[in-house]
This record gives sequence, C-alpha cells and structure tokens, in this order.
Amino acid sequence: MDVLNKVPVREQEPAVRATNFEEVCLGYNEEEAVAEAGRCLNCKNAQCMKGCPVSINIPAFIQEVKNRNFEKAYEIISESSALPAVCGRVCPQESQCEGKCIRGIKGEAVSIGKLERFVADWARENGIRPKKAEKMNGHKVAVIGSGPAGLTCAGDLARLGYDVTIFEALHEAGGVLIYGIPEFRLPKQKVVAKEVENVKALGVKIETNVVIGKSTTIDELMKEEGFEAVFIGSGAGLPRFMGIPGEQANGVFSANEFLTRNNLMKAFREEYDTPIMKGKKVAVVGGGNVAMDAARTALRLGAEVHIVYRRSEEELPARVEEVHHAKEEGIIFDLLTNPTEILVDDNGWVKGMTCIRMELGEPDASGRRSPVEIKGSEFDMELDTVIMSLGTSPNPLISSTTEGLEINRRKCIVADEENGATSKAAVFAGGDAVTGAATVILAMGAGKAAAKGIHEYLSEK
Amino acid sequence: MYPIVRKEKLADKIFLMDVKAPRVAKTCEPGQFIIVKIDEEGERIPLTICDYNRKAGTITIVFQTVGASTERMQYLEEGDSFQDFVGPLGCPSELVDTDIEELKKKKIVFIAGGVGTAPVYPQVKWLHEHGVDCDVIMGSKTKDLLILVDEMEKVATNLYVTTDDGSYGFHGMGTNQLQQLIDEGKTYDQCIAIGPMIMMKFVCLLTKELGIPTIVSMNPIMVDGTGMCGACRLTVGGEVKFACVDGPEFDGHLVDFDQAMKRQQIYKTEEGRAMLKLQEGDTHHGGCGHCGGDK
Repeated sequence: MDVLNKVPVREQEPAVRATNFEEVCLGYNEEEAVAEAGRCLNCKNAQCMKGCPVSINIPAFIQEVKNRNFEKAYEIISESSALPAVCGRVCPQESQCEGKCIRGIKGEAVSIGKLERFVADWARENGIRPKKAEKMNGHKVAVIGSGPAGLTCAGDLARLGYDVTIFEALHEAGGVLIYGIPEFRLPKQKVVAKEVENVKALGVKIETNVVIGKSTTIDELMKEEGFEAVFIGSGAGLPRFMGIPGEQANGVFSANEFLTRNNLMKAFREEYDTPIMKGKKVAVVGGGNVAMDAARTALRLGAEVHIVYRRSEEELPARVEEVHHAKEEGIIFDLLTNPTEILVDDNGWVKGMTCIRMELGEPDASGRRSPVEIKGSEFDMELDTVIMSLGTSPNPLISSTTEGLEINRRKCIVADEENGATSKAAVFAGGDAVTGAATVILAMGAGKAAAKGIHEYLSEK
Repeated sequence: MYPIVRKEKLADKIFLMDVKAPRVAKTCEPGQFIIVKIDEEGERIPLTICDYNRKAGTITIVFQTVGASTERMQYLEEGDSFQDFVGPLGCPSELVDTDIEELKKKKIVFIAGGVGTAPVYPQVKWLHEHGVDCDVIMGSKTKDLLILVDEMEKVATNLYVTTDDGSYGFHGMGTNQLQQLIDEGKTYDQCIAIGPMIMMKFVCLLTKELGIPTIVSMNPIMVDGTGMCGACRLTVGGEVKFACVDGPEFDGHLVDFDQAMKRQQIYKTEEGRAMLKLQEGDTHHGGCGHCGGDK
C-alpha cells in the first residue's frame, strides 16, 4: 500500500455525469475505508481536530474504522456533529481538518472527509440512529431556521433534554442544504432528508411554512407560546445584483433563484410543476462555490456554460475540488473579466453581455491584489442566460421585527462568538445571520456554541 | 397540511376557497399575500389574501385558472388539503397604517379588474368597518366573469360595475368609467388599482394625467416570496425592488410596467407546455413545438 497517497475515491465519469444529477463522488466502500483509515498515524496531539470547527475526535473515530467498528465510529462522530453525511461531503477539508493533518507534510493528508462520509452513510444504510435524551428538562427553546446552524443547535439542545421547535419559512427543512447545494454534490432524499430525520429522532419538532417576522415574531414566541430562549439561524439569503444596465432583462437570474428552482422545486424533473430556463449559452458571474453549483447545474440542463470572474484562478473563492470538477465537466472559465452591461433584445430578453478585461493591480493595504479595468478592452459575449452569483447578505425581516436586537452595518446580527448571545436577553444567534455568507461547518460550529450558551443561560436562570 | 373548508365557484374559471391556516389568519392584514403549494410536485403559487377569519383560523383565496397549476387547483374539493400554505407575506396595505381621521378626509376610489376584485374586497371591507367612505369601480370582460358583486355592494359607498362588452353595467373599461365620473364632477385624492398589469398600466396613465396619486398591487413571477431570490424584482422610480418584501403595493406612477409585463412572459412557453401535458396527458405527442414530440 502507498502510505503517502490517499486511497482514491470512485467518481462518475465527467462525460456521463455532465448529463445527469446523480452524485458525482461515489464514496469509499468498506475495504477502501479500512485501507484509508490505516494511513492515520493516531497522533497523541492530533492537529486535525484543531482544524475542525466542531472538534470531532478524528483519530478516535478513524481507529474504529480501521478496526471495522463502524457503529462505534458513528457514535464518536455523533458526539460532536449532527450532520456528518453532509459535512463529509461539503466541508472544505483541505483548509480545515485535512489541512492540518501531519500526513500532509510529506504526501497527501488522510482523507478525513471521505471517511466521515463513509461512516455516516454506513450508519444510515444500517439503520443506526443517534440516541435520544433519557429525560426531558421541561424547558422550551425555539430555533429560527432549519439550515446547518439551526439543525445543529436544535440537535445539541434536544440531546440535553430540551423541548425544541424549529420554525422554517420554506416548505422543506434543510436551508441551503435543500435549496442551494445541488443534488449532484448532496443528494436530497438519500442524505439531507435522512439527516433531518435524525434530528427529529432526537425529539426536535419542525414547523415549516412559518416566516418569523411575518407569521409571528420572536417576541410573540416568547410571550405567547412559552419559549424561554430563541436561537436565530436564519442565514444570509438576500441575493446581490451588480446594478449594471440590462439586469432586469428576461434571462437574468440570481443564483439563489436558479438553484432554488432546480434543487428545492426539482425543476429538472419532468413530473414537477416548477419551470426553469434551460439556456443554450449561459454566463455565471462570480467565482464562489455557489457560482460553481449554478454553472454545473446549467450545464446539466444542456447549456454551454461560462464562469465570468473578475480576478484570476488563484483568487477563486470556490473549493479546489469544485473548480476541478467543473473544468472536467467542460465549464469554460473566463477569468479577469467583468461584465459592464447586459444586452437586451426588443422583447426584453438577454442577447449578450458586454465585458471588460481586468488585470491585477498592486497589493492593497489588506495584501489583496484588486482587479483593475484595462481601458478599451471591452468585448461582447453572445448569451441567452446570465446567472448572478455575487454573494448574499442577511434578510432584514427578523432584525427589523425584533425589538432590541443589535445589527451591524452589514445587517448582520451582532452575537458573541463564544456562546451566541445577542444584545437581547434569551436570544442567541449564529451562522450566516451573524457572519454573512460563510460555510456549512462554520454555521454548525456556531449552532453548537449557541446550544452551549443557551444551556448555560437556562441552567443559571 | 392545510384543509380546504369551503369551496365556491364564483364564475367561469374563477374559484373561491377558505383554507384553514391559523398562524396566517392570526396576523394577516389587507394587502398581504400567501403562497400555496398543492402537493409534493406542485409549484409555489402566490395569491393575494381576499378575506380572513381570525376566530375560525381561515384565509379566503380567489383564483382564476390561467395555467397548469391553477387548472390543477380547481379540482381540489372541500375536505382536501394543500400540502403547503405560507404567509402572510409582503407589506400590509398603506391604508392599514394610516390614521383613520386622515382617511376619512380623503376621497378614495378603487379600480378592480377581473380576479383583482378579490384583493380589493378586504381593503374596501376594512375601510367600511372603520367608517371610511370609498367608491369602487369593478370590471370584467363580460357579465359571466363578474365576481363578488353582492359582497362589494355591501361595503362600498358607491359601486360602479363595468363590462368590456356591455353585457352588464357600464359598457367599457374601468378607465372609461373613472373618466366619466371625473367629467361628471367627482374628485378623488387617492386611487388604488388592482388587476391585470395591462389594466393597472392604463389606470396609471390616466390618473397621472388627472393628478390622482395611485397605488397598484403588483403580481410578478415569484418563487419563495420571502426575498431570497429576486424573481419578482421590478423597477420602481428607477430603483430595483423585490415585490414580495418591498411590496406588493407600489406607487403606480413610478412602476416600470412595460418591463414588468415583459418579465411576466419568461415562462410562457413552459407554462403552455405544462398546460398541454395536463390537458392531453398521454395522448400528447408533439405539435406544441416545444415538447420534443415527433411532429
């Protein structure tokens, strides 16, 4: 066995997967997982754990995999993480746990993410469920939002014996896991729905179709429905547009709309009623994970797809693995390119986009080289669809309807990093609602910290 | 699940339903809307709240069958349920927040077009209950499509009914009726128009000329209805607004109607295709030009 390199993971062929919505990465089987687990050095002072925002006991679970005690491995992971099948798939491990792995100094890091995924998938296939609290403590807590932060916070509190209800505005729980991340990276029925069921199995109630700030407010939940503490995990779902001419034309979508239609509403499947525009030539503006997801979705719907990004490849904020997959599938990268206008035909439809070439200037105060326009380098692209993926910010609905909740100038809720406490007593917050758009695992870490904060607050009360 | 407790056919292709949704009924106000989804495969359809009963926990919706989803909705009966029903969404009508004494000083006229009569009704009713007078012009293409005439009669100070073909009431459009009232010497300080976009556009062209401030309720394509996607974006006074959170009511003289009407067409062929599939089922073998059938 080659100890320096990871046991390779099986994937669908690029040419095949570019035409379907099935999961790209097929994951390890038992033999592969045991072999990969054998590469772990079982460090005493494990660096990998320091890279994990929820501090999973990584060496311990990997040793159990090595010894084929998969159920025990799942128990160890479950102590720290409510969504291992999700995190094993979507965490940027290269900059977290695997980024710190000692094996990575000379050779490749241990494939921690793929092992976590294997354990979670094995547990699901074998009907293993996380264990419910032995007795309830009689305290009621409300969780706003059923994304990764809310699910984690709710799961942790339920394990401590709290009576937890999650309120979700959409018709299905999961937040970005359901509407944002596509099927080919994170299967909805097989993985997300099952993880949500696991949280329910802990005793958590989920009420969908409740928009806090409209259907009811946080103050009412506490005054009228008897909730003693509230966790806000409402995310950052408000899309940004560029503000360039032509942006209201037919065929210009926010990535949120495009992905919601496809992922949540399943527009790619014939039997579902929600329509989606299947463009012939699509430009996705932006370079983050959401841009990659939108681009690879448009490709699977049959389009030629361009990523238009104003900086160079090195600055692409998307995960390396996603960029690599996108390229393999045939996405075209137009780097150092920035749109200046969307060209519209007489009927109001997109017919193209004027772009300008960029170059990277001198590093600014923050050390980042900002892109500068190259004068006179404008050119037109012919297109029928443009998807704007420029990032999102928190929806002001909750902050504007909750008295005494402090927000900063980016409309993010101000909350303590250690325990999630906000400026309002008994109200805690975490995830993208506090940080602005970030990652699934950071949101989970924040949900965890807030669960601890809520437990301390209600124990002292 | 959200059970349908009452269903009534108001006119050809126009249906009324009372749906049990206690959370929505508890907090909704006139001018707001809900989003309904029939079942797992269904799409999310925005509908303005037509009436509500806080005690019974019900919301009244009125819809016209215009596409595949509303076509499917008409077959639901009392006792059936919607899988999802969410709201109230959007901002309440400005009237609700205005001082009652101020409102009493104002001469208000509503212009309702077609199924737009349904969302006008709760506002007129609300004014009536608060002792505020208002005139209502309601119109439709033809007599058979008129809805809620009796109900509106009870709450409007003066009701003017119009039909495009003259089969009932005033022969002509709402705008013609308004012009006639003005010519007869009536004056108004506020107009509220709700109906098809083209009708709201023409009302606004007229009221701008007449100098009557006008509020319209916009009905663009929506998906989530909570501000997370921007499908419903409009240009109002040169600024981009999301109808689902900033509206649905706007100053009609500032709305870019031509753009809004173009945006409504985005899925026309998709809608047409879904409709054909529904009507013809397995017997649909092409010919619509989009389905990839063999013709």
